[in-house]
Amino acid sequence: MAELIALSPAGAALPKRIGAVTLTEAPFAPMTGISPHAGEVAQVSAALEAAHGLALPGPGRMLSGAGIEVLWFGRNRWLLIGAAPGDGLAAHAALTDQSDAWVSVIVQGAAGVDVLARLVPVDLRPRAFAEGSVIRTELFHMPAAIARTGAEDLRVMCFRSMAGTLVHDLVTAAEAVAARG
Amino acid sequence: MRLSCPICGERDRREFHYGGAALERPAPEAGAAAWDAYLHLRENPAGRSRELWYHESGCTAWLVVERDTVTHEIHGVTLAAGGR
Ligand SMILES: [Zn+2]
Repeated sequence: MAELIALSPAGAALPKRIGAVTLTEAPFAPMTGISPHAGEVAQVSAALEAAHGLALPGPGRMLSGAGIEVLWFGRNRWLLIGAAPGDGLAAHAALTDQSDAWVSVIVQGAAGVDVLARLVPVDLRPRAFAEGSVIRTELFHMPAAIARTGAEDLRVMCFRSMAGTLVHDLVTAAEAVAARG
Repeated sequence: MRLSCPICGERDRREFHYGGAALERPAPEAGAAAWDAYLHLRENPAGRSRELWYHESGCTAWLVVERDTVTHEIHGVTLAAGGR
């Protein structure tokens, strides 16, 4: 059988350190979109907790456990990262494998908010966007999801087909921020 | 212009897509005149209007927005689907 070579969405374009900001591609992890059937959010949350130890977070929030994250991902939608969906979820929700659908870039450093301020129309400073916050928004006209995973860590997700554009936009913005000194 | 999405909070206009007037859909047996008005006849108010907006880049909810077309003042934003 042919040996297939796994390629990450951003490939050799990352990692990069620009000024005080580091851009790194998040390691590959299984991802599953979870859309509860009408009126079955509570059942899905219970099934998720039984299988993975995490309930469904409220709008704009994420929860993380041992190697697993659950992100609110839009109206009546969530994203499970880091594990295949456990038993019991499929009975109450539509599940879609999105493992290869996204490019995820970790923007690290206190100046990360200044970089994203040039690309995103939402205030991402810690006092407005605390740890564990998630938004769906747009990044330079591209659909995006952004999560604050640490005090100085932001996870930026765009569609995989736009990985090259995302890296280009982040690098251009980071260079402009770094040039200001 | 900024809209306060009931799910996401206050967001920039560029995240939203305009979806036309927010109308009450007539009953199937309401008759030709009611359906003609629903499909084709629109008010063009200088003042308060009820509009549909789609939070396209955000949570993807459809919203009913009460907006003043003269001042752009927003009087209310609710989920088009109600509590569902
Ligand atoms: Zn929204």
